[in-house]
Amino acid sequence: MNGAMEPLLDVQALTMSFGGLRALDGVSLRVQPGEVVALIGPNGAGKTTFFNCITGIYRPSGGDIFVTPPGRKRRRLNGLKTHQVTAQGLARTFQNIRLFPGMTVLENVMIGRHCRTRAGVLGAILRDPQTRREEREIVERSYAILEKIGLADQVNELAKNLPYGDQRRLEIARAMATEPFLLLLDEPAAGMNPRETDALEALIRRICDEEGIAVLLIEHDMRIVMSISNRIYVLDYGKKIASGTAAEIWENPVVIKAYLGEETED
Amino acid sequence: MPAMTQIRQSLVIALWFMFLTFPILVIRVNTIENIIEWRWLNMLYIGAGSFLGSFAWRYFLARKGQGTRKIAAPGGTAAAATAPPETGPDGNDLSASARSAGKSRTFPSIPEVEAVSAPADLGGVLTPAPAYADKPWLHRLLDSPRLYRPFLIALAVAALVFPFLPFASTYQINILTNALLYVMLGLGLNVVVGLAGLLHLGYVAFYAVGAYSYALLYYHFGIGFWTALPLGALLAALFGILLGFPVLRLRGDYLAIVTLGFAEITRLVLENWNEFSFGPSGIAGIPRPGLFGWEMDLHAATIYIYFLMIVLCLLTIFVVNRLQNSRIGRAWVALREDETACEAMGVNPTAAKLTAFALGSTWAGLAGVVFAAKTTFVNPASFTFLESAMILSIVVLGGMGSIVGVIIGAFILILMPEYLRAFSEYRMLLFGLIMVVMMIFRPQGIVSGVRRSYEFHRETGEKR
Repeated sequence: MNGAMEPLLDVQALTMSFGGLRALDGVSLRVQPGEVVALIGPNGAGKTTFFNCITGIYRPSGGDIFVTPPGRKRRRLNGLKTHQVTAQGLARTFQNIRLFPGMTVLENVMIGRHCRTRAGVLGAILRDPQTRREEREIVERSYAILEKIGLADQVNELAKNLPYGDQRRLEIARAMATEPFLLLLDEPAAGMNPRETDALEALIRRICDEEGIAVLLIEHDMRIVMSISNRIYVLDYGKKIASGTAAEIWENPVVIKAYLGEETED
Repeated sequence: MPAMTQIRQSLVIALWFMFLTFPILVIRVNTIENIIEWRWLNMLYIGAGSFLGSFAWRYFLARKGQGTRKIAAPGGTAAAATAPPETGPDGNDLSASARSAGKSRTFPSIPEVEAVSAPADLGGVLTPAPAYADKPWLHRLLDSPRLYRPFLIALAVAALVFPFLPFASTYQINILTNALLYVMLGLGLNVVVGLAGLLHLGYVAFYAVGAYSYALLYYHFGIGFWTALPLGALLAALFGILLGFPVLRLRGDYLAIVTLGFAEITRLVLENWNEFSFGPSGIAGIPRPGLFGWEMDLHAATIYIYFLMIVLCLLTIFVVNRLQNSRIGRAWVALREDETACEAMGVNPTAAKLTAFALGSTWAGLAGVVFAAKTTFVNPASFTFLESAMILSIVVLGGMGSIVGVIIGAFILILMPEYLRAFSEYRMLLFGLIMVVMMIFRPQGIVSGVRRSYEFHRETGEKR
């Protein structure tokens, strides 16, 4: 097998049960380098549960999650804690925005640098040259990310004072600060107006093309899903019911049925 | 006519208070002569007092309402003012972002930034953020060295000269030392509660650990103050980690209850394990700190401990300040703001919580050793829940996460009961009243914690 073609994320038969409820039932999914992959499905289909399983918030009851960070060895993610998953190079955003509301925009992004920096308690107290250098690097990099995202004018604004669309973008900026190879976006366009959605689409495209970060996104807004994703997976009741390109999904009768319900003949 | 309605309201309130206090303040049964005394004058006082009080109350509430509106407005306008450039007339965000990406080449002139900045800063300048353009005078004062430096120097001189002033009796110096002790405790707890957001109700347990380490180490091994100081701190930190492990999974109220229980266990062990801690009678005859074997009388020793506490407080302020503006400190604040998001961003919450517990406890341990040396006597009665509550009040009243706030809070809460002694039995009543009023009018504390802001100088496209 060619190393370059090895999938960044390789999820095999992922199953998650809450008591008797099967939230996920043998879902397999792959994300190749440079891809934008969308995960869609009706409400309650298990999309966010899927994210939570991958990122270690839930412990999956079955199946395997493998990642192959670029230039590194394939690795199984099952059982890793959330922060360890992030350190591996998977960063996520949340469906309902979870910023640090009382911290400034810049600080929010600086937190993302945490897992890529080292300074400990002693370094913080003594402020030795190495810590100073690291701290400066954190500020510089965070600022650079904010410039790319287009929030550089609001670095000192408290996160809670940002308009809604900016908060969504700040969450993406914060995730990018962890230097991920795969970005997991949970409904990034939720609550955005069409103009903000267009901007978001362009942003995701740029993240993928310029930064070389693959994107796996959950989204309800079909317009953005259809135009941006290389491939689409469809979940319904915890099962994968279809996968393929946008055009294939658009035509797929199973998907239409899941979304619109079955036609009844009267 | 609003004035009339207000007067009517106040009248009703005054009448109501007169009615409520009638049985206890007006009627007095003299059981010796079997007569009833009617103290109508008291009723008049209550009536007048509550009438005026209700006016003051309404005035302050109105002012408070205005204040929040004033603070809220600039934030909103700032956001609105900065929003257009991105979703501007040409509409396309990509172009706006590309423009700013272009700017980024010219941006980081951070070494220059540092040259401009205050000495303690790295990579950024402490400047008023746009959202705070209209911020309270206290923050404005704290932000500009030109304003606070003379004040700081005056304070330092006052602190140095104080013990040698004619009116500075041993008692006066002692209560000031006590206040400094609580500054240290408050700042230590501030790390746990204010920064990391872990509601800790058993802080006094670590204070006890520090105090008893010195007492027992001296009693059994004859270890002196200066050796006991780091040992006490270390032991307290160990206990902090020990408590930290079982409570890592707990949040909010549950954590509070467990820490409360931990403190009670510590106190009960000290009270009942006679062979270990000599029970309620405690340990007496603990030596005061030595100074190269110099014999000091009581007054000199008091002054010495006072200066020692000043040095320790300065050390605490220095360390806590550096911690809160560090990678670790930011992780604590993020943990407080949203634990799930914090972990998802790669912060190890276990490690962050344990360091917060350990570092917070260290200061309690240090303070405990000094406490034992200062009073030369320890017993479990000094480490009741009331102490924990007091230290927590210092943090909350002063302003969570704010060093200056905690210092002011400690001085107010510890010195106020002392200077209110003039009111004898009403002392604690007044104390409680002041706390209630404080929390109603300034729920964020005297000085609320402010996030550090950074300023970036760009050669082109400066917006403001």
